Amino acid sequence: MDINLNDLLRRYKSHPFEDYKLETPHTGIISFKVEDGQPVKGPSGKWLHKPGTLLYVLEREKNPKRIYAPCSGEVVHVRTELDGQFVEAGEELLSIRHRLDKDEIIDRILTQVLFIFGAPQRARFFLIPEMATKIERKSSGSICVAPGDEILIMSLMKRDTMIAYAGEPGVIYKVYFKSGDLVEQGAPLLGICSPEKLPYINKVIQRIKTEWED
Amino acid sequence: MADSGKLLTQLADRISYLIDIKGDAKWANLDELLDRVHGLRQSLFDITEARLFEELDRIEERVSFLEDRVAEKLSPAEVVNIVRSIQRFTLQDVLENVYDSYTELGGEGECNIDPAMVVARAIISRRVKNKLYRHQVMVIGHEKGRGEEFRNGGCARPWGNDKALRYMRVAETEGIPIHFFIFTPGSFPIEDYPGAAQQIARNLYVMSKLKVPMVSFISEGGSGGAEAIGLSDIRLMGAMGYYSVISPEGAAAIEGRIREGEKLPKELIRHCAAQLKMTAKDNLELGTIDRIIEEPPLGARREDYGFFRRLRYEMIRATDEVVLKTKSFRAFRAYALKQRAEEGKDIPEDFDVAIAWDLSDLEIERLLELRSKKYRGLGKRGYIQLKKGLRLGLGRARDMATKGYYELRYGLLRPHQRNVQKVIEEVSGEGTVFLKKVTEPVRAAYDFVFPKLERPRKVSAPESMERRSIFAEDWEQYVSPLANEDRTVTCPNASKYGCLDLWVPDLYGELCGVCPSCGHHFPLEYQWYLENLFDQGSVREFNTHIVSGNPLNFQGLDARLKRDIKRTGRKSAIITFDAEVKGIKLVVAMLYSDFRSGTVGSAEGEKFVRACDRARTTRRPFLAYIHTTGGIRIQEGTLGVVQMPKCTVAVREYIDSGGLYMVVYDNNSYAGPVASFLGCSPYQVGIRSSRIGFAGPRVIRETTGQDVPPDYHSARNALKRGHIQGIWDRREFRKNLYDALVTMGGPNLYYK
Repeated sequence: MDINLNDLLRRYKSHPFEDYKLETPHTGIISFKVEDGQPVKGPSGKWLHKPGTLLYVLEREKNPKRIYAPCSGEVVHVRTELDGQFVEAGEELLSIRHRLDKDEIIDRILTQVLFIFGAPQRARFFLIPEMATKIERKSSGSICVAPGDEILIMSLMKRDTMIAYAGEPGVIYKVYFKSGDLVEQGAPLLGICSPEKLPYINKVIQRIKTEWED
Repeated sequence: MADSGKLLTQLADRISYLIDIKGDAKWANLDELLDRVHGLRQSLFDITEARLFEELDRIEERVSFLEDRVAEKLSPAEVVNIVRSIQRFTLQDVLENVYDSYTELGGEGECNIDPAMVVARAIISRRVKNKLYRHQVMVIGHEKGRGEEFRNGGCARPWGNDKALRYMRVAETEGIPIHFFIFTPGSFPIEDYPGAAQQIARNLYVMSKLKVPMVSFISEGGSGGAEAIGLSDIRLMGAMGYYSVISPEGAAAIEGRIREGEKLPKELIRHCAAQLKMTAKDNLELGTIDRIIEEPPLGARREDYGFFRRLRYEMIRATDEVVLKTKSFRAFRAYALKQRAEEGKDIPEDFDVAIAWDLSDLEIERLLELRSKKYRGLGKRGYIQLKKGLRLGLGRARDMATKGYYELRYGLLRPHQRNVQKVIEEVSGEGTVFLKKVTEPVRAAYDFVFPKLERPRKVSAPESMERRSIFAEDWEQYVSPLANEDRTVTCPNASKYGCLDLWVPDLYGELCGVCPSCGHHFPLEYQWYLENLFDQGSVREFNTHIVSGNPLNFQGLDARLKRDIKRTGRKSAIITFDAEVKGIKLVVAMLYSDFRSGTVGSAEGEKFVRACDRARTTRRPFLAYIHTTGGIRIQEGTLGVVQMPKCTVAVREYIDSGGLYMVVYDNNSYAGPVASFLGCSPYQVGIRSSRIGFAGPRVIRETTGQDVPPDYHSARNALKRGHIQGIWDRREFRKNLYDALVTMGGPNLYYK
């Protein structure tokens, strides 16, 4: 938890982007379909079934493979000198500069500062009644948990199992599920942070929410 | 003044109706006329009565003139508008005005399994010589409602059609006739259980042999949705109704290759409506309906009580006709009924005869025979027969001889043989038990002293040695022409499972078009199956003389047919043949993609029925292998749609006589055929990577307003929904087919 939130925030403010470097999946002759600075779209649709913008075509053994943008953003560092050339596998071709929005930055900060307690298996989860009432009354920020505390109920096929918390002691900062939700294995259930950092995190999140422009 | 208010409302309704029909408020300044009526309504108390009535007379005169002008020449697109108008009568009006009383079953109003499908027990009465006769009937039909959202515009969901089927069975148990009223633009195309296509298929399958008289009335007959309750003994149709294979908008989108979301040109819609031959008159000419019920010149509306009187009379008369046809002694009554029919426009107050609508066992048998004959005869004019005169006669003589031979072999001799065999088996079984008790100790001692030496098993020649190609010479093996390219392809699942690129000669050669990493099946041509599925030289085609035609003279179809005939060297989208799988003889019908995307028209339907009958005559299993089908051929209009009940009747009769009917879907199988003669099979299997469904994703999006996941129609999902019974790998198709034939067919295959 030795993370300087101010530094983290400053870093995101000075460079609110994430660069996705794209490499060739295999050898072939490349022909680019985008230019430097061109905005591109990532996959869309409810099931992300509509491909994003076509970036380049890589042809090997008369098999033209169309490569689409994996996320939205702006194309940078296109290696135009490779256009029409044979390239090896793993060759860096271009980057997509993806501008992070407010929620993405909050998510990134939280994943760095919180301890995430994930679902042990795919099931429905409930907080134990006392915990649920406490959270309802006080909001999650002031409820402490320690390793070994039985705070969750996992319900599967009408069989309820108590789940003991395992991880760093601290306060519950965020509950990622609603009582009775079906949660996939490994998906986050609780975000825990140390009590001393709590006011500080709250302040930073609040600042991002109010000041950040998407 | 109170009367003038009513008159104004009526005038506004009449003008709105004209706007509905023309689909354009600007036509003959109808919008201005409507504004004048609204203006009068607002200033009702500001102007004198004399001026008001003077103005009303003027507007009324103008409206009547315009009505006459519209009625003079109604285009098919305008007929569609009449049917879709909010002022058109609905099933609710029919139930209230045609029947004496009724009780709705399976829910009422919004509180219903499916509010778009209404079922009611009703009483309809007739007066004969001052005596009232009441008949109990089951009324089943679509309810479009009066703008209520829950009615879904009369589009029945799969469970709505299931509800209809349930009450058809109730009517059968109770022995009362069924009156169907079809008011649907089409079925709601969702795959949720029981599935749009599969449920329509089940309905058709049951209706083909339902043991009660059935009469249907069509106002809006939208393709598969209409067929779900349309297989009846007499089909009546409103003079201003439409019955079509597809909506004019759907046809326009296909014909004009209009992209999703783009606006359809009105002119193209009108053109398609005219080409599809969907009006009552067209359908009567095509033979897809039996009679037209006259309507007022601009179609019947909710308050047209004269029309309801006529409808009541015609429903009774049609039911009488169905019942009378089953009677052995009916001459006078049938004559009386016919006389009445010829009277034309006047509806008599009384009926001459009272006919009871219950049937004896013998009459039911006759009813089913007549129904079968009726549907088997549909669409005969939709295809071309190349054989004529002497050759046709010779063909028929050969068919009769074959029938005679198989009747003798399986109908007469086989049952005796089986009975004798059964007796022998039972006697020998008894004897074995008895002898075993006596000889057991002796045999045990003998085996101990002289142990048996194990004999080597017979070595059979490898299967590949026996095979001989019909597309390749004896010395060469059949290889898909797709393999003749020196390049690689990428598996569509490569990003998900990391499949490596595949070299085409390998993929379409020894890999049989299957990705070795994930098992994805790349499409292969139908010849590959003919070659690899059946025994060497066993494929023998029949009925090649039946050729796809253009019965409606649909613009552009002739050229497309010519092109497909030239390209494929075949004359229809179906291949019917005798074949063998590891020595088991079977009859196969194969719909394939290269010819009009495997769509089913009159020729395909006729060939399918004949193949079914051949399997029945020769007592062989019947396999429908669907390489691809795009549904019913829309360019054949309702002649295409009637192939659904026609083929289902043939399938039902084949299965009832003890046949084994199997369907295997490959690539893409959609719409009409799946919703009828394919979907009704008890044994349906999908080849891996195939897609099975009722409507494609675009139609679903446009109809339901909801997007569907990319794998919505996948074989895996079809299996999950219970639409198919298994998924086969292409490489094991032959083996699985043989196993299935042996397992499901039993020792004699044709198991009755």
